[in-house]
Amino acid sequence: MKAFTMKRFASVLILGAAFLTGCEAPPPESVQRGYRGTGMEALYNPDTLQALVDANQMPAAIPAVSSEGPKAGDIYQNVEVLGHLSVGEFTRLMAAITQWVSPDQGCNYCHVAGEGFEADTLYTKKVARVMIAMTQNANENWGAHVGGAGVTCYTCHRGNNVPEQVWTIGVPPRRAENMGHMMQNVAHQESSVYTSLPIDPFTPYLLEDGVARAQGDTALPQGHEASIQSTEHIYSLMMHYSDALGVNCTHCHNSRAFGSWEESNSERVQAWHGQQMVKEMNNAYINPTNDWLPAHRQGPLGDAQKVNCATCHQGAYQPLLGANMLADYPNLGALAPEPEAAPAVMEETPAPMEMETSSLDQGVMGGEAN
Amino acid sequence: MREYQNIFTQVQVAAPDYPGVPIGDEEYNRTSGIIHNHWLGKLGDAQIGPIYLGTLGVFALIAGALAFFIIGMNMFASVNWDPVQFVRQLFWLALEPPPPEYGLTIPPLNDGGWWLIVGALLTLSIMLWWARTFRISRNLGMSNYLAWAFGAAILLYLVLGFIRPILMGSWAEAVPFGVFPHLDWTAAFSLRYGNLFYNPFHMLSIAFLYGSAVLFAMHGATILATSRYGADREIDQITDRGTAAERGALFWRWCMGFNASMESIHRWGWWFAVLTVLTGAVGILLTGTVVENWYLWGMKHGIVPAYPPIEATPVIDPMIGGAQ
Repeated sequence: MKAFTMKRFASVLILGAAFLTGCEAPPPESVQRGYRGTGMEALYNPDTLQALVDANQMPAAIPAVSSEGPKAGDIYQNVEVLGHLSVGEFTRLMAAITQWVSPDQGCNYCHVAGEGFEADTLYTKKVARVMIAMTQNANENWGAHVGGAGVTCYTCHRGNNVPEQVWTIGVPPRRAENMGHMMQNVAHQESSVYTSLPIDPFTPYLLEDGVARAQGDTALPQGHEASIQSTEHIYSLMMHYSDALGVNCTHCHNSRAFGSWEESNSERVQAWHGQQMVKEMNNAYINPTNDWLPAHRQGPLGDAQKVNCATCHQGAYQPLLGANMLADYPNLGALAPEPEAAPAVMEETPAPMEMETSSLDQGVMGGEAN
Repeated sequence: MREYQNIFTQVQVAAPDYPGVPIGDEEYNRTSGIIHNHWLGKLGDAQIGPIYLGTLGVFALIAGALAFFIIGMNMFASVNWDPVQFVRQLFWLALEPPPPEYGLTIPPLNDGGWWLIVGALLTLSIMLWWARTFRISRNLGMSNYLAWAFGAAILLYLVLGFIRPILMGSWAEAVPFGVFPHLDWTAAFSLRYGNLFYNPFHMLSIAFLYGSAVLFAMHGATILATSRYGADREIDQITDRGTAAERGALFWRWCMGFNASMESIHRWGWWFAVLTVLTGAVGILLTGTVVENWYLWGMKHGIVPAYPPIEATPVIDPMIGGAQ
C-alpha cells in the first residue's frame, strides 16, 4: 500500500515536472549592448524570431533600367515629384508602387481608366504624390534617422492601401454627461500598449511641439518643470517606441538614469531624430492632404491618418530588419530638384550620422573586455 | 497535549461567551452580540464580538464608505454607467487628482474636484480611526504603541497626498485613486525625479521593510517552534530555566551569537515597521521639493558608480550638441 502511494506520488511529480517543462519558454537569446551589470541587453525569443524574419522580407525588385533618355516630366503631363526620372525609371517605379500599395486594385487605384494618366481626379493620386515627396524628403534630409537603408513606400505599406499601423488624434471614450476625462485609464487601448497610461501620447510629441523631457538635469531644483501627468504621457510614448520596435527600454537607455544621454546608446539619438522626422511628416506632408481626404480616411475628429514609429517599424528594431530597399530604388533617395533658377531652400541639415545600421550582433560589446 | 505544528490553529477552546473586561461609562459603545465560529477559530479566536465601535468608529466608517462610494461612482461615470465595462476595466479606472494647471486652487468637480473631496473624506475617516485606536487602548489600560505605529503610516499617506503637493504648489503631484493608475503614478514619480533608488531614505525604507519581514519570520518561527513547550502562553517563561523562551533565545545565541529577549524582539519589530514608513515619508517629502534628480544627486555625493562610456563616440543630447 505504501509502495503504491509512493509510486503515485512519484508519477505526479514527474508528470508535473514534464508539464511545467512543456510550458517553459525557450531560453531567450540575449545580446549584450551596454556595460556589464546594467541590464542593457537585447532579448529574443528563438521561437518567435523566425516569424519576425518571415514578416520582414523584401519583395523582389523589378530589374533596374537606364537613367538615360528623355525625362518623365518632358514626356508626361502633370508630373511634379518624379519628373526628373527617365521615362524607364518612372515606369518602373510606377509598377513597383502598384505592387507595394495597391496590388489588388492595380493602376486604377490612383488613375481612372479612360482618363489620361495626368488627371488628378482621384484623391489617392494626390495623396500618392505627397507620400512620394515625403519619402524622398526622409531619405534626403533625415539620414540621422533612416541611415543608409532609407525608406520606400513598401517600408510602411507592405501591400496595403494604407499602412496597417497609423493613428489619429485621440478622443475620450464614451462617458457620462459632464464627466471630465483625462485621456487615460482606459483598458485595452493599443495606443497605450494596454496600460492605463495616457491613450494619446502621439498628439503632444509627434504632431505638436511637446518636448519629451521628464527629468531635470540638475541634482537640485533649478526651475525644470514637468508634471507627473506629462511624465506619464512620455512614459506612454516610450511604451509605444518599445512596442513598435519590439525592444525593451534598455535598447536605448541605461535604466538607472533614463534621462542621461551619457548613459544611453546612440540609438537614443537616432530615435530622437525619428521623433523630429515623424513630426515633420505629420505636419508638412500628411496634415495638408486632409483637405481632400474622404471621411473614411480620417479619424473621429476629422484629421488625417498619421505616422508613428509602428507605421514603419512594425515590431522590428529596424524596418524590414535593416534591409536596404533604397539601393534597389535610388530614385526615391532625394527630392525632385527645384525648378531651375530657384534658390535652394534646403535648411542646413546635419550630415547623415555614421550609424550602425544593421545586424543584431553589431551592437554586441565584448563582455570579457569590460 | 495538542501541539501547534500546522499553519492553522489546531487547538480550539470551546468556551462560553466572554464579553471582555468591564469599561464602565463607555459600555454602550460595545455591541452585545457574540457568536462562535469553528472555521474562524482555525485562524484565530473562535469567538466573534463584541465590537467596540463607538462614535469615532461610526463616523470613520461613514466617511470611509462615502469616499469609497464617490471613487466608485466616478469610475462608473467614466465608462458611461455601463456595468459590463465597469467590471471589465475596473483595474484601469481611476479618480485622478486635478491637472497641473489648477495648482492648489479648487477645480471643478468633474476635473479633480471629486478627488479633493474624496481625499478630505478619506483623511477624516483615517484620522477618526486613529483616534479610536487611542481610545480603545486607553479603555483597556494599554499604552499607545498601536496608535503611534498607525500614526507613522498615516504620516506617509499625508505626505503623499497632502503635505508634499502643498509644498510643490500643485494637487497634480498627488496620487490618483485606482489600481493600475496609482502604480503608474509610482513609476512616473520615480522617472520624473531621476530614479528613487538613489534616494537614501528610499533605501532606508526598503531596508526596514525587508528587515520587518525577516524579523517577523524569525520571531514567528521561533515562537511556533517552541510552542511545544508552551511558548505561545508566555507565562513565567522569561526568568525560568529550560523554558520555551530560553530555548528560543538559545537557538539564536547558538546560531548567531546574539539574541533578542522576549521583550526586545517586539521592540525590534515595532521600530522596523514604524521606520519603514517614517523614512519613506521623509524620502517622498524631499523629492521634488529639495532634490530634483536623485540620480544626479547620488552622482554628486559619490553613491553612484560611474561606468565607462558605452560607445567610442560619446552620446550627446541632440538638443545641445547637435547630431554629428
